[in-house]
Amino acid sequence: MPEREITYAEAIREALREEMRKDPSVFLIGEDIGVYGGAFGVTQGLLEEFGEERVIDTPISEAAIAGAAIGAALLGMRPVAEIMFFDFMTLCADQIVNQAAKIRFMFGGKAKVAIVVRSPAGSGTGAAGHHSGSLESWFTHVPGLKVVAPATPYDAKGLLKSAIRDDNPVIFVEHKLLYRVKGPVPEEEYVIPLGVGEVKRRGKDLTIVTYSLMVRRSLEAAEILSREGIDVEVVDVRTLRPLDEEVVLESVRKTHRALVVYEPPRFGAFGAEIAALIAEKAFDDLDAPVMRLGGLEMPPPYNPHLERRIVPQVEDIVAACRELMS
Amino acid sequence: MLSVDEKLRMYFTMLCIRRFEEKAEELYMAGKIWGTFHLYIGEEAVATGACFALRPEDYITSTHRGHGHCIAKGADVRKMMAELMGKATGYCLGLGGSMHIADLEGGNLGATGIVGSAIPIAAGAALACKLQKNNRVVLCFFGDGAANTGAFHEAVNLAAVFKLPVVFLCENNLYAMSFPVKKAFAIPDIAERAKGYGIPGVTVDGMDVLSVYEATKEAVERARKGEGPTLIEARTYRFRGHSKSDKGVYRTKEEVRMWMERCPIKRFREHLLGEGVPEETLRDLEKKAEELIEEAVRFAEESPELTIEEARRLVYA
Repeated sequence: MPEREITYAEAIREALREEMRKDPSVFLIGEDIGVYGGAFGVTQGLLEEFGEERVIDTPISEAAIAGAAIGAALLGMRPVAEIMFFDFMTLCADQIVNQAAKIRFMFGGKAKVAIVVRSPAGSGTGAAGHHSGSLESWFTHVPGLKVVAPATPYDAKGLLKSAIRDDNPVIFVEHKLLYRVKGPVPEEEYVIPLGVGEVKRRGKDLTIVTYSLMVRRSLEAAEILSREGIDVEVVDVRTLRPLDEEVVLESVRKTHRALVVYEPPRFGAFGAEIAALIAEKAFDDLDAPVMRLGGLEMPPPYNPHLERRIVPQVEDIVAACRELMS
Repeated sequence: MLSVDEKLRMYFTMLCIRRFEEKAEELYMAGKIWGTFHLYIGEEAVATGACFALRPEDYITSTHRGHGHCIAKGADVRKMMAELMGKATGYCLGLGGSMHIADLEGGNLGATGIVGSAIPIAAGAALACKLQKNNRVVLCFFGDGAANTGAFHEAVNLAAVFKLPVVFLCENNLYAMSFPVKKAFAIPDIAERAKGYGIPGVTVDGMDVLSVYEATKEAVERARKGEGPTLIEARTYRFRGHSKSDKGVYRTKEEVRMWMERCPIKRFREHLLGEGVPEETLRDLEKKAEELIEEAVRFAEESPELTIEEARRLVYA
């Protein structure tokens, strides 16, 4: 029997539903997640099943959403907050960075902030400067937080289930352009541990290290390059913090060339941390300097032709690989 | 009505706060406590009156000026003093310090160094109380400064529309660091803000422990009945500066003296004497508070410190 295929959004919804059925302390809180079903439809149908007590629509108050999740977690709940667009994470950054991330440590390890903050990131929808951000790098810089950015429906479901069960605050980065992408997701239950990357494609000539939407584009690029005789390995780190260093290093030690691909502006983004890791721990294995392919240094423009240019496209990844092989 | 015994416990709590703060100041001067802290001296009636209106299983959230809240909620002053000295026996193992004391077992969900940031957390704790149907109430302390943050607006509104079991207690000590409420608010009473959220608002004399108690009790009962939050504004005054960096240039000596004459402890002492409590009983309590704090200092001084390896293990669960 062929494996069932569902979308990334459906996979996330399934993870939420399964965890809510399993654990009464899990509840959802956010803007328009109830009757509206979420701005991207992710929580559709959950209000009907779990009621207003567990699918909580709030006023437009991001700081209160995040803060309420934290306060409820201090009393043993496992809230999953939805922040409608990743750009709006700035509105609750104090709660996430100063409270959620630090409370356990500041209180001597006695408090538990088991929250998940889900939010759609990324450009490509024509939503311009305030609804297209990829700000995940900021949160990877905060000890106490975990940051997860799945690339496939299978990973999204398995990682979200782990994130909900995790006793730490987890920032769950969803990509808008992946929501409708279908992929195999088994009917039976499974989880994917946080902090474990995966080789998404085996190859011997060059390693692409990436995450989220860029995994998909890198895989497409790899197919094109394979026709030219360039055999690309694609490593999806899946969790940005804590980072699975071994899956990256093992691959680079095999291929001797590394390209880091990421959507946020190139300068100072999380991809630079991966490049630094390779330079520090696999320098002697490299046949060429680590290369980074990131976004342009510009706020997301509205014009569709310009918007497309600021984020690595398949052809950009192909070109970067060719350059790295030359 | 409060019994004489209960009033004496209140008096003892206020004394413990005062002595704790005086001792902390002394230790700071002697170089035994470092960093900075925010003393609660002068405001003892607020924390005491409010926390006595709670049940032991209820919760509070606290502020950067939080020692008084902590003691009034029933904390162990030894663990508090150890925290101020950065010791491993402190409430937060010496990792939080003065501004981040939490006593989770005692229902104190913690102090915060970001003004206003605990207000949404209090709303969230109250949301959990509602979801867990545990019949508990959250008392949220914050200052006049916090009442002008966006977090205040978002959280009070959220609690109001969800009818959460929380009491918002604004300790209006008339200055947000140096900025006077007269310049920070275009309304005379912060409690008036309640109207904008459709909840009751009340202003009380924060130098009178019994007034604070009565107002909080009513608000707590309302919250416990599922009728939602109340905003209480307690007018009070800090006798010391904002923090250890305060040079005292923004308040007149006359103003400070005038408020010090209204000392909440002196006032309550007179009330108790008027009720026929023998002075000797009060003196015994005063001595007992003194001894308790001395014992806390001994405990803290003899305590070990955490290693960096031990601290590192506490970042993630």
